[in-house]
Amino acid sequence: MASATFKPSGVREGLHGEDRGESKMSRAIFRIWRGATAPRDTERASQSGSGFVDYPLEISEGMVVLDAVHRIQAEQAPDLAVRWNCKAGKCGSCSAEINGMPRLMCMTRLNHLPLDKPVQIEPMRTFPLIRDLVTDVSWNYSIKRRIQPLTPRPPDDSDGTWRVQQQDMDRVQEFRKCIECYLCQDVCHVLREHQGFDEFAGPRFFTHMAALEMHPIDQGSRLKALREEFGLGLCNITKCCTKVCPEGIHITDNAIIPLKERVVDEYFDPLRMLFRRKTK
Amino acid sequence: MSVAYEAHEYDVLVVGAGGAGLRAAIAASAAGAKVGVVMKSLLGKAHTVMAEGGVAAALANVDERDNWKVHFSDTMRGGAYLNQWRMAELHAKEAPERVRELEAWGAVFDRTHDGRILQRNFGGHRYPRLAHVGDRTGLEMIRTLQDHGIHRGMTTHMETTLVALLLDDGRIAGAIGYDRERGRLRVFRARAVVLATGGFGRAFQITSNSWEYTGDGPALAYRAGAELMDMEFVQFHPTGMVWPPSVRGVLVTEGVRGEGGVLRNSEGKRFMFDDIPPLYRNQTADNPEEGWRYVTGDRNARRPPELLTRDHVARCIVREIKQGRGSPHGGVYLDIAWIAEKIPNAGEHIRRKLPSMYQQFKELADLDITREPMEIGPTTHYAMGGVRVDADTQMSSVPGLFAAGECAAGLHGANRLGGNSLSDLLVFGNRAGQYAAEFAQQHGPARPDEAQIEAAARAAVAPFERAASAESSPFLIQQDLQVMMQSHVGIVRRADEMEQALTKLENLRQRAERVGVAGNREYNPGWHTALDLRNLLLVAEAITRAALERKESRGAHFREDFPEKSPEYGGFNQVLRRGGDGRMELRRQPLPPMPAPLQVIIEEMK
Repeated sequence: MASATFKPSGVREGLHGEDRGESKMSRAIFRIWRGATAPRDTERASQSGSGFVDYPLEISEGMVVLDAVHRIQAEQAPDLAVRWNCKAGKCGSCSAEINGMPRLMCMTRLNHLPLDKPVQIEPMRTFPLIRDLVTDVSWNYSIKRRIQPLTPRPPDDSDGTWRVQQQDMDRVQEFRKCIECYLCQDVCHVLREHQGFDEFAGPRFFTHMAALEMHPIDQGSRLKALREEFGLGLCNITKCCTKVCPEGIHITDNAIIPLKERVVDEYFDPLRMLFRRKTK
Repeated sequence: MSVAYEAHEYDVLVVGAGGAGLRAAIAASAAGAKVGVVMKSLLGKAHTVMAEGGVAAALANVDERDNWKVHFSDTMRGGAYLNQWRMAELHAKEAPERVRELEAWGAVFDRTHDGRILQRNFGGHRYPRLAHVGDRTGLEMIRTLQDHGIHRGMTTHMETTLVALLLDDGRIAGAIGYDRERGRLRVFRARAVVLATGGFGRAFQITSNSWEYTGDGPALAYRAGAELMDMEFVQFHPTGMVWPPSVRGVLVTEGVRGEGGVLRNSEGKRFMFDDIPPLYRNQTADNPEEGWRYVTGDRNARRPPELLTRDHVARCIVREIKQGRGSPHGGVYLDIAWIAEKIPNAGEHIRRKLPSMYQQFKELADLDITREPMEIGPTTHYAMGGVRVDADTQMSSVPGLFAAGECAAGLHGANRLGGNSLSDLLVFGNRAGQYAAEFAQQHGPARPDEAQIEAAARAAVAPFERAASAESSPFLIQQDLQVMMQSHVGIVRRADEMEQALTKLENLRQRAERVGVAGNREYNPGWHTALDLRNLLLVAEAITRAALERKESRGAHFREDFPEKSPEYGGFNQVLRRGGDGRMELRRQPLPPMPAPLQVIIEEMK
């Protein structure tokens, strides 16, 4: 059976012609943060010897930033610290700031970056630095532990299962795409500029709580905690989180704003306020 | 001299926080044990996140003809009957319950029209059997287990790597390792240990596996006196990316073929129709039309040959490439875009069913899979072999030492069916956790002596005492090992090449013994790679020795010099252990006899 869409060998011509695996080489400079003092702490960084180091490197077609970092590790700096796992955009380990933009190193292709000037790679600025490109993200784990877990209603069926329509799963599935790379946390000004770690959960956990609140079988309520403990009100919907999300989750529109509406309905609806006063 | 370390004490220590480790930790916790989990990465990042297609369980939501017996016989057939029948039986019977329980913990599986868990077709499974969430089922599973587990009272030690297991008079007593952040030594005393460290794809050059997959579990267990089994069976997944070079090996889910994707060579021919193995002829479509009816849910149609088992599909692809009908970058074409001929809105359908594949090709290869065929080729994917365990309890030959998931052997025999890995780690993770907790309750505390701790600690920091040099770079030795294993012990194997491999492994080991690392112990990847190397070298030797001795072709193991299946070799598994003189010893372990009722099931389903 001939296929109309099938195009044998010439198919990729525009991209790399007829070559069989060889790739064009060129050079680029990678300006990478080294040391255990964070870039934002300018004075201490220079005292402790932390700072940017330039690594010139031969690069080939199709490479991503993480490939460059690995090649530098293997050939020039074996103790260069970097956190990574899957190298396919699925685990969310290799978050960093590339030319000032929070991104996954494994999903940032070099041919999408200007290579006539150094490619600057630095650790996420919002979290404490461990060393080089690795930050301490343990705060995020402590927040999640404080969130009420799924609290399911009794099963619909005697075999312990529920009946849920796909359309009701759809909006939760969007939030479940999150790979916990914490880039949204990194870019959020409440954390980044104002260090609101004690009073604010951040976009990642608003998405997590939205997934629980909208979960078709959940009976729990996290609205009180969102308002009083997790600082939902501090978010002024600048949508920076949405812009950096590598999974394309509509964090602001689909998670945060609906949660804000639910909190308003719960606490500021005049009829409900009246009702609450009477039942107290 | 005594070494400084941080000490922890648990009833059950779980090593690894992928699906099997987390499920074991939840089970052990539920049984009342004090549980610690050590993991090489951060919580929620383990290799399970990479699993795409789904979790196999005979829920019979889509086709009511499915049941555990069909799943059992599919698994045995897929494994060329070298599977431990008892594990295949337990797996098929318990998988549905383990999947339903995930739903109660918050997993949001795709749904059928009547609101139940949807199941999809996959290679080697007779009926639609894989519960899934688009093509990111593994992420959903690990997040569900993680979010449930953190409220079950387990202590997590993130970015912590073990270097040795500790014993007390032959019984397990704990483990010693280091944390990546500061390089501090940590001793974990435990009454029972569950290994859930995954596989060892990093022994090969082209792999879908992450850096963590260095065979730590099998290597630690082997050094502690446990046995390894089925090490010759390494699964090469037929569809990995081949272009650009930096993503070579990254997995392309079998779900693409489950949704109607077809394989073609450079002449545009669907070459999978050319070679359908006799064992599968009755169940396989012999024309494209029937294949398409199958993937669109026609229950009377037989499955297309693209959905034959992974070992077979991988070898057919290698044949096309070797005979000059490959794609420009040394692969063949996987085409899902063609379904536009068959259904309206095909682009939208593909993006909904295979969202991460769409994104992966768009971002990493500048290719739109809804419009163009993908270039793919085989990639090292899964270890059927690993620690030899008891089928019911998952305990190894070392009392108190358990293993579950990919790092254990037995369920999959000579070849694993897609989807059986996620169900494996749920079923046997649960069992290992349960029995480890029971073992801990029945046995008093074990005491590792300080001499063991000291010896392991010394070996761990030894690379710092040697000068770092280009020749002794752990990264380069690892690369050389990967290239050598790929070419000498890869998809197609020969005695002479494997003999050479053993010599080369000896050279690599000598180089590894001289590895020196620069810098200090804080988050030092050179040091970590130097330590991982020891494990990789050990499993590489085990793979090679077992592959050399199996003089036949079966499942994932293909010998060019013995291309046929041999009845003689069908009767045993190969078991490796450390002999008295420190050398690796191999023996043949006859298959346990299968009870008559199970034999009847297999005959009926043929």
